[in-house]
Amino acid sequence: MSRTRTPVVPRWFAGEGEAFRLLGTRCTACGAVFFPREDVLCRNPGCQSTGLSEVPLSPRGRVWSYTDGRYRPPAPYVSDPELPWRPYTLIAVELAAERMVVLGQGAPGVTVADLEVGMEVEVVPGVLSEDAETTWTTWHWRPVGVAA
Amino acid sequence: MDDVALATGGGGGVTDDVAVLGAGMHPWGKWGRGFVEYGTVAARAALADAGVDWRDITSVVGADTVRGGYPGYVAGATFAKALGWQGARVSSVYAACASGAQAIGTARAQLLAGLTDVVLVVGADAAPKGFFRPAGGERPDDPDWLRFRVLGATNPTYFGLYARRRMAVHGETLEDFAQVKVKNAALGALNPHARYRRAVTAGEVAASAVVADPLRLLDICATSDGAAALVLSTLEFARRHGASTPVRIRAVATVTPTYPNTALDLPDIATDSATAVPPAEHTFRESVARAAYEEAGIAPHDLSVAEVYDLSTALELQWYEDLGLCGAGEGAKLLREGTTAPGGRIPVNTSGGLASFGEAVPAQAIAQVCELTWQLRGTTGARQIDGARVGITANQGLFGHGSSVVVVR
Repeated sequence: MSRTRTPVVPRWFAGEGEAFRLLGTRCTACGAVFFPREDVLCRNPGCQSTGLSEVPLSPRGRVWSYTDGRYRPPAPYVSDPELPWRPYTLIAVELAAERMVVLGQGAPGVTVADLEVGMEVEVVPGVLSEDAETTWTTWHWRPVGVAA
Repeated sequence: MDDVALATGGGGGVTDDVAVLGAGMHPWGKWGRGFVEYGTVAARAALADAGVDWRDITSVVGADTVRGGYPGYVAGATFAKALGWQGARVSSVYAACASGAQAIGTARAQLLAGLTDVVLVVGADAAPKGFFRPAGGERPDDPDWLRFRVLGATNPTYFGLYARRRMAVHGETLEDFAQVKVKNAALGALNPHARYRRAVTAGEVAASAVVADPLRLLDICATSDGAAALVLSTLEFARRHGASTPVRIRAVATVTPTYPNTALDLPDIATDSATAVPPAEHTFRESVARAAYEEAGIAPHDLSVAEVYDLSTALELQWYEDLGLCGAGEGAKLLREGTTAPGGRIPVNTSGGLASFGEAVPAQAIAQVCELTWQLRGTTGARQIDGARVGITANQGLFGHGSSVVVVR
């Protein structure tokens, strides 16, 4: 039986391959952009709007900073305690058009040694974890020009 | 606030002062007992230091812990019951790492409003082994739960991001970060309340395991058990009590960020976007310090000592800049010049800081004020800074809690 592919958080990202995008929302009154998405109230204190529409975020940005997790994080992060811990990379990416920084894990195989502040990266679909029925999908950041 | 207000330095604050009659702590460590016991030990130490009978306290403010079950969420009442119900009014507050400052702020507001004349403030925690973790269950509406679920982003990974950014932008080095630990460990070795009481070398920092690149184990503060308490009163009560020149709290800043918050703060997965509204002139942490300076009517050059929240070594350097002790990117230079060490212009973390204590969340911001109280009284022995007259604490709690307390004598 094949596993169902399910986003780890609904409506935070969508699309396949080259068309994969993070999904935020934009205030229809003031233009403020939100990720994670705001669907009820615009958080601009000078705006009274409740009109928020879904908007894809820029697929590319530049590394604001990066780090890694050398020790197993606690739940609800899912990892197999039977297997040796494999560090993951975290990359904070500055999106020029949105004027914001978005955190994400690095794509598999990307280590801190591969990264520099200011480097161009792109968002790609990724897998966070798998259990018996479900493949939990997520977004990853990957240096531009590096093959999957 | 504008620079004119900053430049007025040395004048009175915008409110009356409140007196610090007593300060007390339970030593930090991993003692394997409950937070209530630690809190009552600290409370009794503060009451004894103040010379105030517990039955004469008319208000108790507890800083909550999220790790103690229901009693932790009603910490004020928990401590009041443990010390023996005596009818005092009670408050319990929570603001993550800034909980202690909120407790002090609540007590001060009651005193300045004339609701009460002497208040006991207590914060205590019993920390688990390993990383702090979110509350259990499936809670996808909780950003703190999401950052662990989606990213495995522990607190040290955020510290790692900030440290790497400083290295890239300001050219700071691992050696610079290690020297913060060296400074703070030397001071912690002199503090009987500290958990780690021995000097540390830069080589030991470099040889410790990487936790979140580029930070090593000895760059990052541990999680600890501990408790701190203060007895605060009106100046009139202090005079009647025979304390004619007590250490005084002149300001308590508990401000929130201004949208758009452009710092990637815990536990956020992204910053606010600055597309619709340009960022404020000052970052959130800068605004915390500026609010405290403005309320106290002082400027950075008036300070004798400071206690800042060194969750990591690199973050201490960031606080130097946010407090206005130096310009952006000059934190490491200030440290190298010895400005923030004993004998320098503005010694920072004379207690030994979180580097020597480890974090006991609701107690920590209260412990910062205990240290300043003892420095301003001149009773800290081997770590005493001569002639200390004005001190500031700085701290930030996740979910948008700034905290800064100005203490004078």
